[in-house]
Amino acid sequence: MELLSGGEMLVRALHEAGVEYIYGYPGGSLLHVYDALYRQSAVKHVLVRHEQAAAHMADGYARATGKPGVVMVTSGPGATNTITGIATAFTDSVPMVVISGQVMSFLVGDDAFQETDMLGVSRPIVKHSFAVTRPEDIPELVAKAFHIASTGRPGPVVIDIPKDMTMPNERYEYAYPKKVKLRSYTPPQRGHSGQIKKAVDLLLKAKRPVIYSGGGVILDGSSDKLRQLVDRLNAPCTNTLMGLGAYPGTGERFVGMLGMHGSYEANMTMHHADVILAIGARFDDRVTNATDKFCPDAKIIHIDIDPSSISKTIIADVPIVGPVGNVLDEMTALLDESDETPDSEALDAWWKQINEWRQRHGMRYEKNDNGLMKPQEVIESLWQATRGDAYITSDVGQHQMFAAQYYKFDKPNRWINSGGLGTMGFGFPAAMGVKMNFPDEMVVCVTGEGSIQMNIQELSTCLQYGIPVKILCLNNGSLGMVRQWQDMNYEGRHSSSYMESLPDFVKLVESYGHVGIRVTERSQLPQAMEDTFGKYNNRLVFLDVTVDEHEHVYPMQVPTGSMRDMWLSKTERT
Amino acid sequence: MRHIISILLENEPGALSRVVGLFAQRGYNIETLTVAPTEDNTLSRLTMTTNGDDRKIEQITKQLNKLIEVVKLVDLSEGAHIERELMLIKVKAVGAQRAEIKRTADIFRGQVVDVSPSVYTIQLTGTTDKLEAFIEAIGPGCVLETVRSGVSGISRGEKILSL
Ligand SMILES: Cc1cc2nc3c(=O)[nH]c(=O)nc-3n(C[C@H](O)[C@H](O)[C@H](O)COP(=O)(O)OP(=O)(O)OC[C@H]3O[C@@H](n4cnc5c(N)ncnc54)[C@H](O)[C@@H]3O)c2cc1C
Ligand SMILES: Cc1ncc(C[n+]2csc(CCOP(=O)(O)OP(=O)(O)O)c2C)c(N)n1
Ligand SMILES: [Mg+2]
Repeated sequence: MELLSGGEMLVRALHEAGVEYIYGYPGGSLLHVYDALYRQSAVKHVLVRHEQAAAHMADGYARATGKPGVVMVTSGPGATNTITGIATAFTDSVPMVVISGQVMSFLVGDDAFQETDMLGVSRPIVKHSFAVTRPEDIPELVAKAFHIASTGRPGPVVIDIPKDMTMPNERYEYAYPKKVKLRSYTPPQRGHSGQIKKAVDLLLKAKRPVIYSGGGVILDGSSDKLRQLVDRLNAPCTNTLMGLGAYPGTGERFVGMLGMHGSYEANMTMHHADVILAIGARFDDRVTNATDKFCPDAKIIHIDIDPSSISKTIIADVPIVGPVGNVLDEMTALLDESDETPDSEALDAWWKQINEWRQRHGMRYEKNDNGLMKPQEVIESLWQATRGDAYITSDVGQHQMFAAQYYKFDKPNRWINSGGLGTMGFGFPAAMGVKMNFPDEMVVCVTGEGSIQMNIQELSTCLQYGIPVKILCLNNGSLGMVRQWQDMNYEGRHSSSYMESLPDFVKLVESYGHVGIRVTERSQLPQAMEDTFGKYNNRLVFLDVTVDEHEHVYPMQVPTGSMRDMWLSKTERT
Repeated sequence: MRHIISILLENEPGALSRVVGLFAQRGYNIETLTVAPTEDNTLSRLTMTTNGDDRKIEQITKQLNKLIEVVKLVDLSEGAHIERELMLIKVKAVGAQRAEIKRTADIFRGQVVDVSPSVYTIQLTGTTDKLEAFIEAIGPGCVLETVRSGVSGISRGEKILSL
């Protein structure tokens, strides 16, 4: 058997776990590992400019590919800088493995230089974590970490490695485990057949069904199965912010996103439904609005791999614990066997009603006459320029909602945003993680002038590694989402939501060696889009687009109301 | 309602902090907590009592089950079970009180395990109710110090919690 040092074992094990890129930043505790990285070429290291960005890059990679993203950071500040990134991945159930250096094991507890209790600090935001106590355990711990991160409900796993576990001159037998078994961890493989039967019976009898699907469908890679089921049941389908693209955004049976900024028709459909089939969605408070007023007539079927997601905020009538794909297969098989078919008469009436709702709002907005663009039209223009086929990452704010509402995602894994934590600064590094792994695809970060400044230093990383992502900044000169709430709830008192002293983004990106284009008027946008994806295809382009600062995101649910209580514009309420 | 949750936990550093952290993080309350290794030294047995309605307890058990180190979990209060808590209690015992306290301890099947001219130290086991009843009986006024182990529990009959 081969003898390797701890540092070498780590790198080798990562390679065997299928890792191509690590996103990270070196420091004292990890120097042996970085030396081991240097002496091989299978695993490539991407040097970011801030560790938070490393976590978001790994996260973007993971969301686009479904495979765990890998982060490597030094002890102390390196480790704590990743916390926001880990929390972001945790809330959205993204598989990630974070390797943090630690001070020598015999110094732990002594307030040593750059010592922080990374396991303690990260504990509430990880799926699991390990401390290495013997170098020879490293391959096994790496295998376990990848197994835990990527199976069941995915999530981040931290491995904390004291420096003395990686000494170059101490060698151990290396063996990467072929299979990982953990006696206390067995994610469900299939749903309960009796419950699935009940669900199918309910769905066949439904007169006003709706399928509410979320991020779990995308995480499970089961979009095709969802599509088949929706079409087969002839039921309307709505997606959460995390589930966009699982059912085609341009699909006939798609009623749009639901929830706080969901479409009028999606929220109305939910509220009036008699059967809700929730698939890989977690009844988040940005979806349900007041839970005591939630969908009063509906029987709820809930499929989720994590039992704690079921009946947490809304009690399920038919809970089904299991992976989406497997449960949907079983449902389809039961539908095949059954003599019953969906109630077509009732469904016709239901669709007639839904189509009337569609007429009422239909995501309309008014354009300005003076050339100053509304953010919505910029997103529509982006959709056209990319033929609806780009990977779109986003930051957090109004621009995020406009992107979710107006870019119609027809494929899963293409819409990459921080939904659960709402992390400003996520979009740009996430786009980088996607682009590095899909160099031939269009990858666009939709951002705001507030959010982009939270990780703008990564322009430098993009130059170093040649990562030609596109940045579309909907520049409204303010923290728009905050400002909207202040307009609606604080009589327009814009307390600290105004971004004074913005940089000249064009000059800024040029100084990093990239292309900047400023667009202040509608007439300039088509050419700018053409150049971005045409002549500057191989360059990072920052499109700084001035948009109307007064625009609000609508629909918007009325707080403490039911799903159907919405503002439809500044003046119109349901 | 009060529930007794009993857990087989991997006997690993950090495992206990995850359980305790979960309660703090999710706003659940822990009334008592005991933990010690079992006959299988890879496992610890942890017993905790907590309060909440059925929905809350359901979330607590689901969340606990998600912790990788939680190997098995049972809510003992769902079935017939035995629960015990150990209390060591120091009471002021002078003059006529001495005999009286001794008699009360006997009634509660407590033992005087240490004596000084003015203090008895009594050991008592039983349910939480019984321990509280004892304190009530001797009169809280003469209690100098108490230390309680927290509740341990086990189900009755054939049912066992093991791998
Ligand atoms: C500014 C802002 C506004 C927002 N507005 C809205 C809004 O209007 N509408 C909206 O929907 N959201 C909105 N959100 C997002 C919201 O906060 C939540 O992140 C989102 O609703 C959760 O999506 P989800 O229910 O699909 O769950 P996710 O967070 O995607 O969770 C996935 C669920 O699927 C389960 N799962 C995972 N893998 C599997 C599997 N293999 N099989 C079965 N189940 C699996 C998980 O256990 C989990 O329960 C907003 C966020 C921000 C920042
Ligand atoms: C790290 C972080 N800090 C604060 C917030 C609160 N927040 C949500 S949206 C928003 C404004 C975002 O401004 P900008 O990026 O310009 O987007 P806009 O809403 O203007 O489109 C803020 C401050 C957050 N989500 N994340
Ligand atoms: Mg802004």
